[in-house]
Parts: sequence; structure tokens; C-alpha cells
Amino acid sequence: MSFFESHWVLTVLLLLPLAGAVACLFAGKDEAKHVALVTSIAAFLLSLPLFWVFREGTPAIQNYVSIPWIGQWGIAYTVGVDGISLLMVLLTTFIMPMAILGSYSYIKRQEPTYYAMLLLLMTAMIGVFIALDMFLFFLFWELMLIPMYFIIGVWGGERRIYAAIKFFLFTAVGSLLMLVAIVTLVYLYYRQYGVVTFAYNDLVELPVTRSAQFWLFSAFALAFAIKVPLFPVHTWLPDAHVEAPTAGSVILAGVLLKMGTYGFLRFAMPFFAYAATSDVVVYTILTLSLIGIVYGAWVAAVQPDAKKLVAYTSVAHLGFVMLGLFALTSESIQGGILQMVNHGISTGALFLLIGMLYERRHTRLIEDFGGIAKVMPFFAFAFVVVALSSIGLPGTNGFVGEFLILIGTFRTHPVAAVIAATGVVFAAAYMLPMVQRVLYGPVEDEENRELTDIGLRERIVLLPALAMIVLIGVYPGPFLEKTSASVDALLQQIEMRASQAPLEPLGTDVRFDHMPILGVDED
Amino acid sequence: MLSLPLLLQEAHAAYEPILPAWILLLPLIGAVVNGVGAFNWRGNKAIPSIVGPAAVIGAFAIVVVNFLAMRAAAPHDPAIVSLWTWMSAGDLRIGVDLQFDQLSMLMLLVVTGVSSVIHVYSVGYMREDPGYSRYFAYLNLFVFFMLILVLGANFAITFVGWEGVGLCSYLLIGFWYENREFASAGKKAFIVNRIGDFGFLVAMFLVFVHFGTLNYETVFAAAPAALAYGGAVVTAITLFLFLGCTGKSAQIPLYVWLPDAMAGPTPVSALIHAATMVTAGVYLVARTSVLFAMAPVSQAVVAAVGAGTALLAATIATQQYDIKKVLAYSTVSQLGYMFVAVGIGAYTAGIFHLMTHAFFKALLFLGSGAVIHAMHHAYHEVHSHEDPNDMRNQGGLRRFMPITFATMWIGTLAISGIFPLAGFFSKDEIIWYTGAYGYGILWGIALVAALLTAGYMTRLMVMTFHGENRTGADAEPHLHEVPAVMWIPLAILAVLSIVGGWVNIPDALPVLPAVHALHDWLHPVFEPARGILEAHGLHDAHSSPIGGGEAMWAGISTVAAAVVIILTFRALVHRTWKPAADSTEPTGLAGVLYNKWYVDELYDRTIVLPLLALWRGCWRIVDAGLIDGSINGLAAGTRAVGWIGSLFQTGRVATYMFYFVTGVLVILATFLL
Amino acid sequence: MNLDIELASLILSAFLFAVGTAGVLVRRNAIIVFMCVELMLNAVNLSLIVFSRSLGLEAQVLVFFVMAVAAAEAAVGLAIIIAIFRHYEGVDVDRFNLLRW
Repeated sequence: MSFFESHWVLTVLLLLPLAGAVACLFAGKDEAKHVALVTSIAAFLLSLPLFWVFREGTPAIQNYVSIPWIGQWGIAYTVGVDGISLLMVLLTTFIMPMAILGSYSYIKRQEPTYYAMLLLLMTAMIGVFIALDMFLFFLFWELMLIPMYFIIGVWGGERRIYAAIKFFLFTAVGSLLMLVAIVTLVYLYYRQYGVVTFAYNDLVELPVTRSAQFWLFSAFALAFAIKVPLFPVHTWLPDAHVEAPTAGSVILAGVLLKMGTYGFLRFAMPFFAYAATSDVVVYTILTLSLIGIVYGAWVAAVQPDAKKLVAYTSVAHLGFVMLGLFALTSESIQGGILQMVNHGISTGALFLLIGMLYERRHTRLIEDFGGIAKVMPFFAFAFVVVALSSIGLPGTNGFVGEFLILIGTFRTHPVAAVIAATGVVFAAAYMLPMVQRVLYGPVEDEENRELTDIGLRERIVLLPALAMIVLIGVYPGPFLEKTSASVDALLQQIEMRASQAPLEPLGTDVRFDHMPILGVDED
Repeated sequence: MLSLPLLLQEAHAAYEPILPAWILLLPLIGAVVNGVGAFNWRGNKAIPSIVGPAAVIGAFAIVVVNFLAMRAAAPHDPAIVSLWTWMSAGDLRIGVDLQFDQLSMLMLLVVTGVSSVIHVYSVGYMREDPGYSRYFAYLNLFVFFMLILVLGANFAITFVGWEGVGLCSYLLIGFWYENREFASAGKKAFIVNRIGDFGFLVAMFLVFVHFGTLNYETVFAAAPAALAYGGAVVTAITLFLFLGCTGKSAQIPLYVWLPDAMAGPTPVSALIHAATMVTAGVYLVARTSVLFAMAPVSQAVVAAVGAGTALLAATIATQQYDIKKVLAYSTVSQLGYMFVAVGIGAYTAGIFHLMTHAFFKALLFLGSGAVIHAMHHAYHEVHSHEDPNDMRNQGGLRRFMPITFATMWIGTLAISGIFPLAGFFSKDEIIWYTGAYGYGILWGIALVAALLTAGYMTRLMVMTFHGENRTGADAEPHLHEVPAVMWIPLAILAVLSIVGGWVNIPDALPVLPAVHALHDWLHPVFEPARGILEAHGLHDAHSSPIGGGEAMWAGISTVAAAVVIILTFRALVHRTWKPAADSTEPTGLAGVLYNKWYVDELYDRTIVLPLLALWRGCWRIVDAGLIDGSINGLAAGTRAVGWIGSLFQTGRVATYMFYFVTGVLVILATFLL
Repeated sequence: MNLDIELASLILSAFLFAVGTAGVLVRRNAIIVFMCVELMLNAVNLSLIVFSRSLGLEAQVLVFFVMAVAAAEAAVGLAIIIAIFRHYEGVDVDRFNLLRW
């Protein structure tokens, strides 16, 4: 078994950014960013072969390993990837170098800490996507909160404290309930089988009674919905995006939001298949997704702040993803996964672009610009391409994802698909006015006349994103092939488990006070 | 190495597309090269001047070879070229497939042919523009997407081209982006088009759900058996498709973007907003003729909307002063004719008019471009900021621009349907079939609109070329004919505007030989749809709704048009207009028409402004108010409770002692009593 | 009038405790508050000794503990009071609220 087929590649992917973070702390003020960049690029190059080594056509978890960690509680270091998490890991390693290189001139104080935080965040994000032990997963899930909190709170804009606390509280509320649900799940498993385990593969097999499924699903769903974010728990996002430094926004939009949708796909849906496929849940989530799509676009259209506008477009785009997931068809879920990648790339690039403007003019207000195309032609070119990807023009990645989602959704919920398709119109209605007011028109502000076009470093930051936008738009095949087996298996699994969900608890009922976790059963 | 005759010979057995990918690749390469040039050698005019037109002319050459091969083979079924699998998920398979059949071949000829001419013209027209290279990049890209649209072998690929041309249209309308109004016009075009694209998308979903594929061939073959004739499904599919068409082809209610689109450079108006892109809707209806033939309700809607648009736009065109606006509304009106034709089931007539219209409307636009070019140049020389587009500032230009003058008259006569020019045959065919298939009202509307066409076009010619020159004494000496690179394309299109109609000469006309070249050519494509129509009672009445045969009505219409032209000419030629700066806005009915029936204002008041208010409300009231308000309220509440609790913490020992003792006493009392 | 010595001692102890408590509550001079605390402690000591008569010597051990703690308390407490006096030039407990968060 080669390195890239073993778990070592994943383990190194986890440890490398961590080591880089420590190195950053010890590096000098000016060297820290180089250390971070080199680390992130190394991690990207390390993860890249996975794309080809990965065996398609099987839903099996690959690069799997399970090493006991806290044995008596059934906690283990269990990691592995399937087609879905593979794309997420690659997205993370793809976004990070862009985010770091994009911060080079933006961050001007406490650089070592800043870059250490970014790399710590990278470890946490990769961990969330590859963890297959609920304890490990929760650990990474919470770990991710800390660096992000500081990134927003220390290096953010004027209202950074408000935004950071809001971000933290929203997320923490959801994750606490999820922790309760995880523990409950472990307990139920113990009551059923007499074994304490946090392993994903075990817990997913547990038949949870139908009524319990709704409670537990709700707890998971709240945590993930806040992260996605679904309407009406989305209001932390615009504030966090606006206040976060460029790299923070890029990572937030590029990767963090995907954890919510990934969580639904990986945990909430297979664990509680009956609840997840029940009418009340499906219609609730579809409705909230539709509101997110339409309402997010509406609110985006009237934002005076470019960054806030893009933040609201995220609400709309992630609404599409959620719609795709809960339409429960192979096309729509695959489209949803691809759309997660697409949104990461194009919205990440949009934030980078707005950050470049901000660095030059120190304003994000759309009305302060105008005629930028004249003074910054390459910037304008990149901005238009990314904007078109964001509104889903065919030939860009955005279209492939949205189209698959919509066409898949139409098979099961035609009305929802038609309503969602109006989002295509609204997308043009929020993005094009911004493009016009920023790029076109006469240069009226003298400050804008002096702006310099983006330089070599900034072009290097943007080019990978531009290339991926076109590549996925024209030839999405390799990406869809990665996910197809996993998604089909997932759908089957969900369907089967939903039909088998018991009404009453099954089997022997092991008594609660004999649970070794509580330390009573030691004699 | 294969020689051309060998290729043709091989093709004779069974038609195989020759270098199909290169038809697309050449314009794409042109776009990339010019795009790189727009950044890296902006001052260089030579590379774009060569690469831009050459890419399109090269594509045209390949298309001609393919056309000859197809003609030799006369295939019954379309040839499909599969390039690669685009999307594949679940049951959905979408390939990047190109379809070569008689319809797409005709469109290829028109698109690449007219594009070639206009690219050459642009070399002269845009020469002085600082964005020269960027211009050709956009224009090449447009041709690329237009060819995808035409060649797509499934709905999705057609949609790629469909939105791609919309993008290029957006970029080219707003080409002079420093002008805020121009950029806004581009944005308006894109958003309005997107409303139509929404319809196209939904239609695709319906097709996929009912057929499991988006491939034209499979869908059309399965449709008659899979869907009920006149059923809800096929009606819904076709109506949603038609919504897409109203956006792209500027029909009621989505036509409002096209007149504004005249903000772009004039060759763009000629290519995109007259000859090719805006006819995509007609092409789509023709392409999906099988589905439309199965949905009589949709057919009626298409024809009625087409006729309504033809009349509405023609009335507006009579009172416009901007030379390009007149032509824009004329285009909207002529597109209406095409929709009438494809709506009633006379597909060949619709495509026929599409083709001839591409010739004479491109000619008219390029002619107007020549006028504007000359006017702009003259005003530029004297540093005047008058509007070169306004016909009230023109007049008497025939003395300065004889070639433009002559070719534009040819275009005017062609569009007015004067025998024996191209428009006579194509428009006459549409009007005739409208009557003969029993659509009496539409037939009447079409006739009236035809007379209006003759009227407003003559008005345009008179105001521009006849009478006294109103350019102003100082600017007048600077007016002169455009260079050869611009007038040669005019001449080519003028010739096509004359002979373009001779490919289809009805049997009924006396003296002339009957020619069915176009009908025969398109027959394999429209055969299934015609079969369905005829099976469900379509019949040719061989007489108009109020009697009379085809020959008689052809004669009547051409004579009537000629009369209108002569009367309008005589009425207007001695009239004097004040230059635009001295004119007042027209009042009364003329004012209503000048203001385009106030439709833009109506849309603004009833749709745009209320929507914006709603969106602001969502943001301010729901998001910032309700949701964030309740979250922040929760935080404030928590803080308030904490503050109340803190009041008890005085920090004085005595207070705490007091609490302590009271507590002890209470506990003691509880236990002892 | 034959008042049991034990009962009488307990009543005295309760009285002393009540006086001490009242003093802590109502007096404002820190020294007096402090002395009242001592009074309360000694009241408790007295009752412990009374109970040792019937319950055994363990209670007297406790008394020594209380005295030791009281001594330590006196040392620390007086030090604090002196520090406060130096800072505020007064030992009126109503004048300072250092404990308020």
C-alpha cells in the first residue's frame, strides 16, 4: 500500500499545518507568512494525488484507519475519505494557499499569530472532513471555532468584536445541542448493544426509534443549519463576513459554510434517515432553502456594502445546496456537492477581489467606486468572470452545480425547483448592478483614478480560481465521478434505514447505571 | 492529406461533418488571441484586424464546405458529433454534442456569412476606438456562442449558447462602459434575458422528467407517443420555451431591452441585435417544432404574440428620431413576423424571413452605422456634442454618401416587401400562410404592420438622406463617404438583399419560375412537425380570409407598400425638421408613440420599484429588524437580568452580613417551626 | 431560684452571640465590627465548653481550633483594616465597597 493509499497521507495532512502553525509562532514577523504559504502549498501538493489515487465507483471509505485512543470510552482516531469528503478536503487545501497569499499585504500586525491561526484552522477543517469518530469530529468542529473567533476578533474591521462574539455564540449554541445528541446516540447504542463506541461506522448502524430520531435530528440539524447558514439563522454570516479580514471571509465562505452541508450529508441524514426523509422535515428544509435562495438574493440586491452583498449571495447559494441535498435524488445531491466546491471557489475569489479593492481604497461601499474597469482592467476581467460564475452562467462552474440541483429537485419537488429557478433571475439582479457600479461608468472619484491594477502576486492568487471556474464549468466529469458512487450508496442507505426505523426500542435494554462511562461498572 | 473533392466524394455516401470542432474553435481562438491582446498589446491594431475577421471567415469557409457536402449527400437524419460528456449524474447524461442537419446548416451559413461581412466592416468602423482588440474578442466570442447555440444537439448545449450570446450581448451593449447609460442598457438586456432563460430552464426540467434525456433527436422521436396531443405537459414545455424566446428575441412582454441595446457599437447592433442572436428564439421554435406542433394553444400564443409585437413595434418605430431606434423597433416588428410564421406552422416561411431579414437588416444597420460614422466624424472635427444618431440632425446625406444612400434604399425596399427583393418573397409567404391557415385577425394585423414598415422606413430614408442638410454649416464640409472596408460589406449585403429571396418562389406567382430550394432543403427537418399538424387538421385554404389567391395578394401587398412609400416620400420630402437641439418633444399620439407607449415607465412603476421596495423591506425589517432584533434582544435581555442581579451586590460587608444572617434565620425558622 | 449553671451559660452564650451579630450588622466602625465577630466566636466557644460537660472533651478541642482561627483571623483582619485605613483614612465600612465586582 503506497503512502497515498494509506491513512498516513491524511494524518500528515492533519499534522503538517499544525507543525506549520507552531513554526509560524516562532518565525519572525516577516517570515511567518512565507512559512504559512509554504506549509499550505505543501499540504495542497500532498493532497492533490488523492484525486487520482482515489478509487472511483465504490462508496467504500478509503485511506481508512482506526487507532484506539481513549479505549474504555470507545473513542478512536478514525479517519478516512469517501468521494464526498475527498472533494471537501481538496477544496480546503486549494483555498488555503489562496487565502494566505491573499493576506500578504492585508495583514500588517501580529503576523506570526495570524498565520498560526490560519494554519490551526486548516488542521481543524481537514479534521472535520476526515474524522469518522464522533468524538474526534466534535473536537475538530469546536477547534475550528477558536482560530476563526480570533481571526475575526483581532484582525477584523471596526465592529469586529460584535461580529466575532455573534459568530461564536451562534455556532456554539448549535454545537452544544449537537454534543448532547452525540452523547445520547452513544448512550442509545450502549443500551442496544452493551458497547460504548463513538465510531461513525457503528453509530450509523444503530436503529433509532422514530420519535427519538426527530429530537436527535433536530439537534444535529440546528448545529448544521446555523453553519450553512439556513434562513432564519443566517444573520451571523453578513456580520462575520463584513468584519473578517479577507482571508477570514475567504475561508468562511470557501470552507466553513460547507461544514454545515457536509454535516447534513455525512451525519444528520444517514444517522436519522427516517426523520430526514419524513415529509415534515423535508418540506421544512426545502421551504427554508427556498426562502434562503429568494430572500438571500433579494436582500443582497439592496446592499450598499460589497462584502455584505456577497455574504448574502452565500445564503442564496447555500440554499441551492440544501435544496439539492433534501430533494434526495442522485442528480441533485451530486449537484449540491459540486455546488459546495463551486461556491467555495467563486465566492472565495469574490472576497479576494473585494479585499484587493479594500486594500487600495479602504472602503467596501459600492458607491465609492465606479469606472474601475478603466484603471484596473485585469481586475475587471477577473471580477466579471467570477461574478458570472456566481450567477451561474453556462460554461462556468456555477451553472453545472445549479443545473444538476434544479433538474434533480424537479424530479421530486417540481414546484420547489421552479421557485428556486427564479433565483437565477435574481442572481443577475444582484450581481450585475454591483459589477456595473463598481467597474463601469466614469471615474468620478479622484482617488480611484490613481489605483494600480492588480500585480503579479494578486494574479497568482486569482488564476487558480479562474482556471477552476472554467474547468469545472466545461468538464465537470472527473468531479462528478468522484461523488457518484458515494451518493448512490448514501441514497440507498437512507432509503433502507428510513424504512427500517423501529417504532419501539429493539432488543435487550441494558440498564443505564451499568454504563462504564459513569464509572459504576468497575467491580 | 485529404483533398477537398475527395472529402466531398466521401461525404456523398453518408454525410459526415468536416472539421466540425474547428467551426467552433476558430472563433474561440480568435476571442482568446484578441482577449490577450486587449491586455498586452492594446495599441496594436494589426493583429485584431487580421485575427478577428479571419477567425470568422475561416469558420465560414468550413461551413461552406460542409454545406456542399451535405447538399451532395442529402441526408435524411441529422449527423451528431459527440465531443465529450459534459454532465453525468444519476440518470442525467448530457454530452457536448453538435447536430448537423439542414436547419443548423442554414443557420451556420447565415451566422458565419453575415458575421464575416460585419467583422470586416468593424475593421473600418472601430478602427479609432481604444478598445479595438477587446471589441474583436467580444465579437469573436459572440460568434463562438452563437454557433454553439445553433449546433447544440440537446437543450442544454443550446442553452449554453443561448446564455453565452446573452453574455456577449451584455458585454457589447456596454462596450463603452464609461457611459453609465450604456452600461445600464447592457445590464437591462442581461436581466430581461434572464427572465426568459428561467422559462428555458423550466422547459428543460419538464423535458428531462418526461423523456429522461435532453437530446433533440430522442425527445422528438419519442414525443408523439409519450405526450398527449394538446396535453398540459407539452403545452407547458412549449410555453416555457416560448418565454425564453420572448426574452432572447425581444417579443412582448420582454422586448424592452432591445431598443436600449442600441447603446452598443453599430456593427454589434447589426450582427447581434438584428441578424443573428435575436433570431435565436425563432430558431428554437423551429428546432422544437415537433413539440410546438403538438400544442395548439402554444402555437396560437406564439402567433398572437408575434403579430401583436409586429404591430406594436411598428407603431413605435414611426415616431422615433434616433436612426438606430427606428431600426431596433423595426427588428422587433420583423421578429414578430417570424414568430407568426413559426407559430402557425409555416416553419420554412419563418426561417426564410429570418434569413432574408438577416441580410437586409444587417445592411440597414451597417448603413446607419456608416451614417453615424460620418456624422460622428464631422461633429468630432468641429468639437460639437450634437447627437450624430438623431435623424433631425441629418438630412440630405445622399450628396455626401452616395453608396450608403443607394444600398440603404435597397434595404428599405427589401424590408418593405417590394418585388422582386428578398423581403417580398419571405414576408409575402408569411402573410399568405397566416391567411391561408385560417388566422384571419393575425393576417389583418400582419398586413397593417407591413404597410407601417414601408412607412417608417421611408420616413427614415427621407429624414436621413433627402431634403436639406441639418448637420450645421460648420460640420457639413466634413461629411463624406465611408472607406471601402465599410462600403464593400454594404454592397455585398445589398446584393444578398436583392437575390436572397429567390431561393423560394411560390408556384402561384405568374411568369416567374417556381423555386422550392429552401422548402426542399428544410423538408427533412420540419417533416415530423408538419406531419403532426396535418394529422390534426391543418389545411391550406388556398385563399385569403376574404378571398383572393396568393398571386393576387402578393400583388396587392407589394403595390400597397409601394404606394405607401411614394405617399410617405412625397409627404415628408419637403417637410423641414429643426435640428434635435431646437426641437420640442412631440405631443398627442405622436408623443405617446415617441415615448414607446410608456411601457418602460409602466414596468418601472409596477415591477421594478415595488420589487426594490420589497427587497429593502426584507433587509431593513425582516433581517435587521425581526431576526437580528430578536437575537440582539435576547442578548440585551440576558444583560438586563444580570444587571438586576448585580444590584444586590453592593460590595459592603454589612449588606452581605445582613443577607447571611437573614438566610440563617430563615433556615433556622424553617427547621424549628 | 435554682438556675441550672448549664442553662445559664447557654443563655449567656446566646446573648453574647446576639450582641455580636447585632454589632456586626449595625456598627460602621470596622474595628468594632471586628470585635463583634470575636464576640460571636467567643459566644460559640462558651457554648462548646458547656456542651463538653455532658458530651465529652472533644468539644474543648474545637475551642482551641476556634481560638487559633480567631487569632489568625485577627492578624489578617487587622492587617487589612490597617491597609484600608491608610488608603481611605477611615475605617467606616459604609464608605467603601471594594467587594463590588
